[in-house]
Amino acid sequence: MLGKTAGGLFWMFRYLERSDNVGRLIDAGLNIALTPSADGDDVWQSVLATAGALETYRDRHNTLEPAQVVNFLLREPDHSHSVMSLIEQARNNARMVRTALTREVWEAMNQSWIELGTVLQRPVKERDIQHVLELIRRQSALVHGSLHGTMLRNDTFAFTRLGTSIERAGSTARILDVKYYVLLPSAFHVGSPLDNVQWEVILRSVSARQSYLWLKQGDIQPSGIIDFLIFDRRMPRSIAFCVDRVRSSLGYLADDYGRRMPCHDLIDKLTADIDAASVDIVINHGLHEFLMDFTSLNSALGTQIEKDYRFHV
Amino acid sequence: MSEPGDNIYDAEAGGHADSKGTFDEMFGRGASVRSCYDSYFQWFDGEDPKRLRTKAAEAEATFRTTGITFNVYGDPDASERLIPFDIVPRIISAREWTRLVKGIEQRVLAINAFLNDIYNRGEILRAGRVPVSVIARNSAYLPQMAGFTPPGGIYTHIVGVDIVRTGPDQFHVLEDNARTPSGVSYMLENRETMQKMFPELFSRIQIEPVRNYPRRLRHSLQASAPDGCEGHPTVAVLTPGLHNSAYFEHSFLADQMGAELVEGDDLRIVDGRLAMRTTQGYKPIDVLYRRVDDDFLDPLSFRPDSMLGVPGIFDVYRAGRLTLANAPGTGIADDKAVYSYMPEIIEFYSGEKAILDNVPTWRCSEPDALGYVLDHLHELVVKEVHGSGGYGMLVGPTSSKRELERFARKLKTNPENYIAQPTLALSTVPIFTRRGLTPRHVDLRPFVLMSPGHVNVTPGGLTRVALKKGSLVVNSSQGGGTKDTWVLADV
Repeated sequence: MLGKTAGGLFWMFRYLERSDNVGRLIDAGLNIALTPSADGDDVWQSVLATAGALETYRDRHNTLEPAQVVNFLLREPDHSHSVMSLIEQARNNARMVRTALTREVWEAMNQSWIELGTVLQRPVKERDIQHVLELIRRQSALVHGSLHGTMLRNDTFAFTRLGTSIERAGSTARILDVKYYVLLPSAFHVGSPLDNVQWEVILRSVSARQSYLWLKQGDIQPSGIIDFLIFDRRMPRSIAFCVDRVRSSLGYLADDYGRRMPCHDLIDKLTADIDAASVDIVINHGLHEFLMDFTSLNSALGTQIEKDYRFHV
Repeated sequence: MSEPGDNIYDAEAGGHADSKGTFDEMFGRGASVRSCYDSYFQWFDGEDPKRLRTKAAEAEATFRTTGITFNVYGDPDASERLIPFDIVPRIISAREWTRLVKGIEQRVLAINAFLNDIYNRGEILRAGRVPVSVIARNSAYLPQMAGFTPPGGIYTHIVGVDIVRTGPDQFHVLEDNARTPSGVSYMLENRETMQKMFPELFSRIQIEPVRNYPRRLRHSLQASAPDGCEGHPTVAVLTPGLHNSAYFEHSFLADQMGAELVEGDDLRIVDGRLAMRTTQGYKPIDVLYRRVDDDFLDPLSFRPDSMLGVPGIFDVYRAGRLTLANAPGTGIADDKAVYSYMPEIIEFYSGEKAILDNVPTWRCSEPDALGYVLDHLHELVVKEVHGSGGYGMLVGPTSSKRELERFARKLKTNPENYIAQPTLALSTVPIFTRRGLTPRHVDLRPFVLMSPGHVNVTPGGLTRVALKKGSLVVNSSQGGGTKDTWVLADV
């Protein structure tokens, strides 16, 4: 496989995952803003911060008017983190690597771009937002479904999985960190009752409210949530789950190509770090520090993969 | 519910020959249906126009989802456009096709022999059948190719021959595309779309398949690999990149052949061979199907500012360690000045008269011809010698007085830059519109593959159709559309 193709696959799925995550965040924001006790500005500020878009938003707007925030996240044209430009970037990468994708995967990706491009051409009205979010979810599910149903489980597939998993792990870490660091900067009281609004944003933004409640019988504790999102290997957006997937994809490449690369040392270190930690250790030694360490190692891993597999000249 | 005969046939527009004697391929005199369209028309006449309109809209949606688009330079709003597709097929009988194939094979063999000759011994020039000046002063002649014979002696691995029809048995070659002909992806996708929309037609009518083209292309390219190539030769497709107008086709063909789609920055010369950067290091390439023009192939040998090619690739080529398809320098064979000598060229190499006619051509470089062209500008088509894509040409009969005058001035300043041809009464095939069937002018580009000892013409090709009433310009960049092209099986 061409190095460029591996890069295109990797980034196609990173961008797709990113767009999916922004959609999820908007959905979480809308849900929570509807609860009577919620302070709307608080909710939207936290959504923007989690999406990494708060600064850009403040440069351009003075109020946190919901429709404005949502439209900013969905379709702000010269904002590279809006859903539309992320989908566009995913699709551009897909176009570049079309020869490595089955027709089903390519068509699902292209269809997403066409349909979202149509709905996001004009500002989305409040009553249509749910429809648009539904579309984002459905289109992304279609791409992943086609990928799983039709692609060979070879190096092509490994690079798509690396893109998705690295992006997802980074996103989950950011969601946790933003909540902890920005919203609860003071002491962390283990076992104290939670500000429901904030923690519900977390669970909803990783589509895990339901599964958390199944597992913990409705007991919402910060330590429970941290454990769930970092260490629970049953949870498909937890850091440990994503790291496992990165590890197995890199393991596949080492076997297939008959060669270990520097990125394999990095993933071994990441795995060891997570195995050595536990929810108690993380809380006692600082959640923020743990997440910072993870994030920088995770992005270093991404860069190393790009180098090891010759994505660029 | 089908409503037989209901407003399907646009009588007013006249499906049959009009006053100027235009030949319609579907309808003969008095709206009688020509025999090769019999079964199709029977089906069509029984269809509900509403259902057909829905199908036509579905076809467009399919093309969009598949991403069968072409890019338009300098138009950011419509950077990816669809070529309009018409649901009425263009049908060619087995007898007509057999004759076309003979003529096409004869022609491409002559073109290949001509290239070999002018880049080596130059016999046709010494025999005085083609003037030396036509070659020597021609910018399409590539001196770097002189004295070198490509692997297997093949220059034109892929040719698209543009053919127009003016009557039942009158076929003329309008142009030979011997550089990097495009459009084959439309031939394949048009057929796939038709089969998806109207499967019943394909069980009712025996149509020659086109789907083998990518496999044949791959075999043909592999068979043209350099000597000493071990195992299965590695084929790659070279594209200028995402923004090229034919990018879809490049990726489509690479995909269908199971070859890598590469750009200049994926390639490098390693140990005297062309190699591509893979996830496991550089891997050699034996055959490069390049969709990049000669000028841009190698900044060391051609345009020094080219970012699209590979420095040093031409040296590897001349060392016989790589096949380029098509060979550099083939442009001299589809040059319009050389075109006018094609009957002589065919006769010189095959010893036979050309089976397919040329269109009569005046070379404006000759003073007598220029005089005639200037006097008859209003009835002629004038083309640039090196032009393509329908740009920079004049269609006399549909041009205003001012346009004619402006063009006359250009002709006088730079006569050797132009050739002129009579305005041909191109045949028509009906297209499907809201008002029913209505005739539009068409041309045909069959695709030819060549490898040592083999010539293969895919039964069918790309039919381009001028969608504007009365228009003769079929180029997609000028508002043309396409049709599926059926060659009936000989039963």
